[in-house]
Amino acid sequence: MSTFWSLWIIILTSVNLILLLWVLLANRKVAVRDDADPENRTTGHVYDGIQEYDNPLPKWWFYMFLLTFVFSVLYLIVYPGMGNWKGFFPFEGYDGSWTSAKQLEREQSLALDQYKSSYGVYSAMSVKELADEPRAMKMAQRIFGNNCAVCHGADGGGALGFPNLTDKDWLYGGSPEQIKETLVKGRQAAMPAWQGVIGEKGIAEVTEYILSLSGREHDATKVEAGKTIFAQSCTACHGADGKGTYAVGAPNLTDDIWLYDGSPAGIRQSLRLGREGQMPAQEQLLRDDKIHLLTAYIYSLSLED
Amino acid sequence: MSSHSTTAGQEPVYNYDIVRQFSVMTVIWGIVGMGIGVLIAAQLVWPDLNDIFQPYTHFGRLRPLHTNAVIFAFGGSALFATSYYVVQRTCQTTLFGGWLVPFSFWGWQLVIVLAAITLPLGLTTTKEYAELEWPIDILITLVWIAYAIVFFGTIMKRKTSHIYVANWFFGGFILTVAILHVVNSAAIPISLTKSYSAYAGAADAMVQWWYGHNAVGFFLTAGFLGMMYYFVPKQAGRPVYSYQLSIVHFWALISLYIWAGPHHLHYSALPDWAQSLGMVMSLILLAPSWGGMINGIMTLSGAWHKLRTDPTLRFLVVSLSFYGMSTFEGPMMAIKTVNALSHNTDWTIGHVHSGALGWVAMISIGAIYHLIPVLYHRKEMWSVNLINSHFWLATAGTVLYIASMWVNGITQGLMRRAFNQDGSLTYTFIDSVEASYGGYIVRALGGALFLLGMLFMAYNVYRTIREPGEEEIPSPAANNAQVA
Repeated sequence: MSTFWSLWIIILTSVNLILLLWVLLANRKVAVRDDADPENRTTGHVYDGIQEYDNPLPKWWFYMFLLTFVFSVLYLIVYPGMGNWKGFFPFEGYDGSWTSAKQLEREQSLALDQYKSSYGVYSAMSVKELADEPRAMKMAQRIFGNNCAVCHGADGGGALGFPNLTDKDWLYGGSPEQIKETLVKGRQAAMPAWQGVIGEKGIAEVTEYILSLSGREHDATKVEAGKTIFAQSCTACHGADGKGTYAVGAPNLTDDIWLYDGSPAGIRQSLRLGREGQMPAQEQLLRDDKIHLLTAYIYSLSLED
Repeated sequence: MSSHSTTAGQEPVYNYDIVRQFSVMTVIWGIVGMGIGVLIAAQLVWPDLNDIFQPYTHFGRLRPLHTNAVIFAFGGSALFATSYYVVQRTCQTTLFGGWLVPFSFWGWQLVIVLAAITLPLGLTTTKEYAELEWPIDILITLVWIAYAIVFFGTIMKRKTSHIYVANWFFGGFILTVAILHVVNSAAIPISLTKSYSAYAGAADAMVQWWYGHNAVGFFLTAGFLGMMYYFVPKQAGRPVYSYQLSIVHFWALISLYIWAGPHHLHYSALPDWAQSLGMVMSLILLAPSWGGMINGIMTLSGAWHKLRTDPTLRFLVVSLSFYGMSTFEGPMMAIKTVNALSHNTDWTIGHVHSGALGWVAMISIGAIYHLIPVLYHRKEMWSVNLINSHFWLATAGTVLYIASMWVNGITQGLMRRAFNQDGSLTYTFIDSVEASYGGYIVRALGGALFLLGMLFMAYNVYRTIREPGEEEIPSPAANNAQVA
């Protein structure tokens, strides 16, 4: 900060504390003296029948007050507080001055040193090996619980708009490499809105065709028309057979597994307004060795039956 | 009954109408605000209670309504009532300001009603304790200016040579709350019901907590210390313990509180220097806070026996004990290393309620029990036994509340910082919520006991006002044996 603001802070702080100290010391001695009646310790003021004694400040209280002053002055010498004064912090690893950023870095690096060994072993193992390693999976489950469960659920079972990770249906592929790519870089999916292109009639027809793809109950009279629209507008992403494309995260429409609402009304809604899906990139948030473990954990979820 | 109480002789004509109005509303808003509090506490025990009338009864919408109702409706009405009463009696003159006096009552009630409508509708600035949208903020400002004119006008035309210490605190509270409210609520409106804060980022957070902590420091502390300085010596019939102490702790309290806000933003994007200053100023605040407690409790020297028979005095004295306890806890929680454990846990909620229930509510309740008989010319409250029952319900409720939140808070803090051998967190967030369930039940029970006490109070006040009987006393002067 500029010298002006630095001085502003220092002067305001010091003046406030010094004035307080003065008020404290100036009121230390009892002021009331009544020569005629030495026993009288009231100030002589009466307010609606209330009088005031002029008892001295309790000693323990006075010293407690001073003690907090002393502590605070020392604290402001050691730590930053007085404007641009960086503090004098003579402890190892801080280069003479404390900041919260330095403390964070230091604690993180200490933690890293301490825990590196437990991750180090696993970083060298392949994802498929790790998926069979109970201890590693237990660690990974905890990482999942504190980072992924908020969207995908504590059991990885997903929720509306958040994929189920325990089935064998993948939006971006279920190989170790593909899972890791999803975790590191994140994913951004976009299903366009079709209401302005194919109209409500077209939406109804495509819906019936999509229902027929997974063998669900549908209106056979609309399927042919729906198939035509599907061939024109949908195959680019979902494929000619409707089995989806990992490259753009377009879901497989033939397996009766639904990321969003799979009812006829829900499918029409997806067609009408489109959908946006986002998986946040973890590369800035989690270390490589943790992402490696998580990859194996998510891979292992789909192995269970 | 005449609208203004008069007495023969020197005692001036006081305006008691406004004091009666605010006193009665204190009890009513207390029940409303605490009732909502019990409901949202129950929602944490039985989440289905969120669904009574969605989305208006959702926890997220009722919680700000609870805080606004207890702080500004209940606490605010108590402050208006007592400050208007005390300033008149200790200045020996009636209220200044003419129509501004009733305006401050009706304006304040309108603010509360508007809060009760807009908050459940989801209209909020999202600033804690300052959630009300800009048109209501303007109304608050107008009411507050009227309040200030009335209060300071009355001080100006006082018949006494000095200004009594209670009025220093009331005055400090009125002045500072005006500044806090105007600065923190500065916003750019985009419609009648939506505005954006004038500040951004860490500066916005700092302004918000500068306001937030001083809402505690001035609204909920300085104002209520003003109340304490009148009602404790009056009810005990003893002189105030130390004039010197009141000078020192007054100036220390009002100059230090203003600095303490940053302790709400420890280990955040707030610059380190501001965090350090916030922490040390909060620590120095310990002694000035205890100065008020000492001055109140020591005033009872020579009158301790009265606690046995006078439950009103018991309310006042126990409130000071809770005040001392929570103002010890506060500076400790402001220490960064302690805050690292306590922040974002139920410990904070417990701390707030040891102040809100133990201090603010109990001293207000004591003051109202003192006021009602005086205002309605009765010898005493309709039932002293009922006051006694209220006292025990309130005390038990407060203790259950804060003890359960200590247990919950420390449990949560420890669970969220527990690491496994491999460096991963031992518990997920939801584990810490599950572990808190028992505490939530105890807390709801404590709140319900406190609320039950308020219902006793409402009935007692109703009977006192309704039943003149043979106990009616024609002159208010007879209520005050100490008046020379």
